Amino acid sequence: MAEAGVYEQILDYANRADPYPLYAELRRTPVARQSDGSYVVSGYREIVALLHDPRVSSDVRNIPEIAAEQEAGTALPSSFIRLDPPEHDRIRSMMMRHFGPPHSPGRVDDLEPRMLRIVTDLIDGFAGRTRVDIVEDFAYPLPVTVICELLGVPREDEPRFHRWSQAIIETIDPTTGTVAERERRNMEVRTELGTYMKELVDAHRRRPGDDLLSAIVTDPAVDLRLEELLSAAATLLVAGHETTVNLVTNGLLTLLRNPRVLDRLRHEPDLVIGTVEELLRFEPPVQLLSLRRSALADIDIAGTTIPKGAIISLALAAGSRDPARFPDPDRFDPDRQDNQHLGFGSGIHYCFGAPLARLETQLALGELARRLVNPRLAADPPPYRPNPGLRGPRHLYVEFDDVLPAQAIRASPTG
Amino acid sequence: MRVVVDLTRCEGYGQCAFLAPEVFAMRRSEALMYELHPADSERTRVLRAAAACPVQALVVDQVHTLGRPAKAAPLKPANGKRPVEVGRIVIVGASLAGLRAAATLRREGYAGSLTLISAEPYEPYDRPPLSKQVLTGQVAADDTALPRRAEFEAEWLLGQAATGLDLAARQVHLADGRKVDFDRLLIATGARARPWPNAAEAALDGVFVLRTNEDAARLRERLTARPGRVLIIGAGFTGSEIASVCRELGLDVTVTERGKAPLAGALGGTIGAIAADLQRDHGVDLRCGVTVEALEGDGDGRLRRARLSDGTTLDVDVAVAALGAERNVEWLEGSGLAAGVWGVACDAGCRAFDVNALVTDNVFVAGDVARFPHPVYEYQFLSLEHWGNAVTQAQVAAHNMISAESDRWPHVSLPVFWSAQFGTNIKSVGVPTFADEVVIAQGSVAERRFVAVYGNRGRITAAVAFDQAMWLDFYQAQIERAAPFPPGPGMVGRPDGLQVMPADVPQRISPAYGATVVLTGHNPDERRVTLQRRH
Ligand SMILES: Cc1cc2nc3c(=O)[nH]c(=O)nc-3n(C[C@H](O)[C@H](O)[C@H](O)COP(=O)(O)OP(=O)(O)OC[C@H]3O[C@@H](n4cnc5c(N)ncnc54)[C@H](O)[C@@H]3O)c2cc1C
Repeated sequence: MAEAGVYEQILDYANRADPYPLYAELRRTPVARQSDGSYVVSGYREIVALLHDPRVSSDVRNIPEIAAEQEAGTALPSSFIRLDPPEHDRIRSMMMRHFGPPHSPGRVDDLEPRMLRIVTDLIDGFAGRTRVDIVEDFAYPLPVTVICELLGVPREDEPRFHRWSQAIIETIDPTTGTVAERERRNMEVRTELGTYMKELVDAHRRRPGDDLLSAIVTDPAVDLRLEELLSAAATLLVAGHETTVNLVTNGLLTLLRNPRVLDRLRHEPDLVIGTVEELLRFEPPVQLLSLRRSALADIDIAGTTIPKGAIISLALAAGSRDPARFPDPDRFDPDRQDNQHLGFGSGIHYCFGAPLARLETQLALGELARRLVNPRLAADPPPYRPNPGLRGPRHLYVEFDDVLPAQAIRASPTG
Repeated sequence: MRVVVDLTRCEGYGQCAFLAPEVFAMRRSEALMYELHPADSERTRVLRAAAACPVQALVVDQVHTLGRPAKAAPLKPANGKRPVEVGRIVIVGASLAGLRAAATLRREGYAGSLTLISAEPYEPYDRPPLSKQVLTGQVAADDTALPRRAEFEAEWLLGQAATGLDLAARQVHLADGRKVDFDRLLIATGARARPWPNAAEAALDGVFVLRTNEDAARLRERLTARPGRVLIIGAGFTGSEIASVCRELGLDVTVTERGKAPLAGALGGTIGAIAADLQRDHGVDLRCGVTVEALEGDGDGRLRRARLSDGTTLDVDVAVAALGAERNVEWLEGSGLAAGVWGVACDAGCRAFDVNALVTDNVFVAGDVARFPHPVYEYQFLSLEHWGNAVTQAQVAAHNMISAESDRWPHVSLPVFWSAQFGTNIKSVGVPTFADEVVIAQGSVAERRFVAVYGNRGRITAAVAFDQAMWLDFYQAQIERAAPFPPGPGMVGRPDGLQVMPADVPQRISPAYGATVVLTGHNPDERRVTLQRRH
């Protein structure tokens, strides 16, 4: 079957650096049945429709192989991203209480000065060098520091959860084994991560700080079981630093391939806002939601019927380049209007940490653009990580002539 | 800078409230209250919020990234087609529909003369905040001007009421005697608040209506003075929203509603009963099936008491008549258009009907004043008072005004509206009153987070969400494809035991009821209709 072949090619590491021509091929059948009986959806309208369709479940217990593994195992329960309403809604809103509106609207905005400090310090650290690995030296430490401070995770534990987090990410990579195998490994790691999180939560209960976890565990209005909290916190920790790293790295890579935009960023500070949105469309960190959702009923879409019980993969990155929705979709255009990209998904599972990722990336790219003198890629394309779903460079070596000092007075929004 | 949020599109993702928390604030999970005129110091944050909105619902006046206003025309015609030659376009009524139509004309490349005439002396402003943020004091009544996406070339005649229309001479007559020529006319004169029917009682100090920014300023001022009990007459959307604000301000409030439940006229009695609980939970003294028989003043002409049909007398300082709207059509009397209490009838392409029910070719209608047939609802004529309808209908009307016959669009988008009250965002798609049955398809009534789906003879015709806006797109598609009712099993968040209930929609009297039409002439070329004036 031709379509199945295309999706397999996308998963093939050989195509990691530029999957976009394959996405275009995939989109010719916007809802394509695969040889394993699952469906891959790649058209913009179809993806949006399914993300808003209550007949599509995110509860992985509806996938028999996963349900069987979960029944046998004793790991933490699924986090809210793998659940449906009403559980999903309850857990997500409880986690939101101290992270965002309506109860804590200022939390992310208040982090801005701190984020800028971290960005500034990291770039200051480039001083005296003319070549850095943007991944290791910048794009990874930035979100990790932010998420650790936000959650109240000690930075020195980074090597431990870095390993777990890599392991978890690997289990959602469809090329690393069968669904059952991957779920088994996922549960093993979640168990370890859960134990770690439990210690952390206990510590915060005893001595609360001004971080998110402390706020949650000391708030009597939070109606969460301990395992639900541990699972959600583990997800935020993993998601918080496995995705933004790619957004920042893809961002600088794209800017270096589009020097005119990079140059404009030096003089037009607000341009970075649209630039980040366009990146989320053009080179999104989350490319595929693979084998995660299932149909609770027959769903007629794009001339096919996804039968009840079928497993669904959503090729978000293909949808965001659908010419039926975005004029000239393969052009990187930071001035693009009406940019309703799928970079953070859509519907009730819309990325929990989106505001954090946006702000971090805006500050990061703005500062890199202003401070690096004559930056250029050491290699294009750079080497990529294996994962086709959470896609991004493994290293991004960038050379430059000099690093300008941070501006003393920055035009901050409160000015 | 100016901001307006298209809350018809908003699905409650809250990204704006994260990124510009001083400007955008969420109540409960998705009711958005925001400032329409944020301080310049918030500019970057507002731009971040606008860019981040997953449904691109924020409209910000377009300011170039360096702070210069964006240049207006020449903009590219949307469909690449050149607009047909039209010399002069006149728009009467420069509010939401008028403004959006004007912007669309310019965006689609119309380069001829453009005149906007409006009775109100203000630049176009937004009305939904008047019963929400303005009454709570978050936003000043005179600070709800609508953003202009780009400064477009137009002549503005503000504070000028149109008093007549001469179709043969193609002229609009103004109150000051001027006559304005047009080749194409857009009627967007909207509606006004229906006044309290007893003129002497309506004149009492303390009796209010709410439609304009001046109304809102007066009511806000009185509410700030912390009156005793406030009486709201009529529990439609506006009345319910005002009651909600009163409770938020800690004021005692009684709501009387002639029907059996709040919002029953729009959502039916079954869902209205849930709205009733919502009001009572928030401490409203809600009295359904009750009317106000008299408003009584003291010797100084100040409102003091209200006598209700349930036999009680209430001491009240403030009464708000929230009795719905009357269309602004008087200026069209005798013009030969099919204009009456029901509004101005038009076809799905927004072209006005004349009294003979012949479609005109140069007079278009949009917004609250329009009455148009909707194919999805058995071609019945709908009169909508929805923000979203004013926007989409204005865009279709403007497009059609400058398009060749074959390029015209029908206005067939489904009706959509929202209301924010008691911290809850109520959104609707379709026509809930076009239904006989209703089910709670998702969520929980007890938690006030649910989707109610309406059906008419086995087809889904509408859906109403309380704090569950993200699902409505799905139901919209279901309505558009005439999907069967009740919705099948196999849905996330489905409550146990789906229960089909009667929608309990009140009997509708057609708005054209009572239009007296006289037919004259015998031969086909002389048969004509005359509308008799109502007394
Ligand atoms: C308090 C309030 C709250 C609302 N809340 C919501 C909400 O939450 N959700 C929702 O969907 N909708 C809401 N609406 C409805 C929404 O505001 C209207 O649908 C919208 O304003 C219609 O726009 P329009 O341009 O058609 O008419 P209007 O806004 O009524 O404007 C008509 C304009 O024409 C002018 N005019 C009238 N006669 C003449 C004349 N003879 N000559 C010149 N000018 C004339 C008027 O002065 C006015 O400026 C609300 C309305 C009000 C009043």
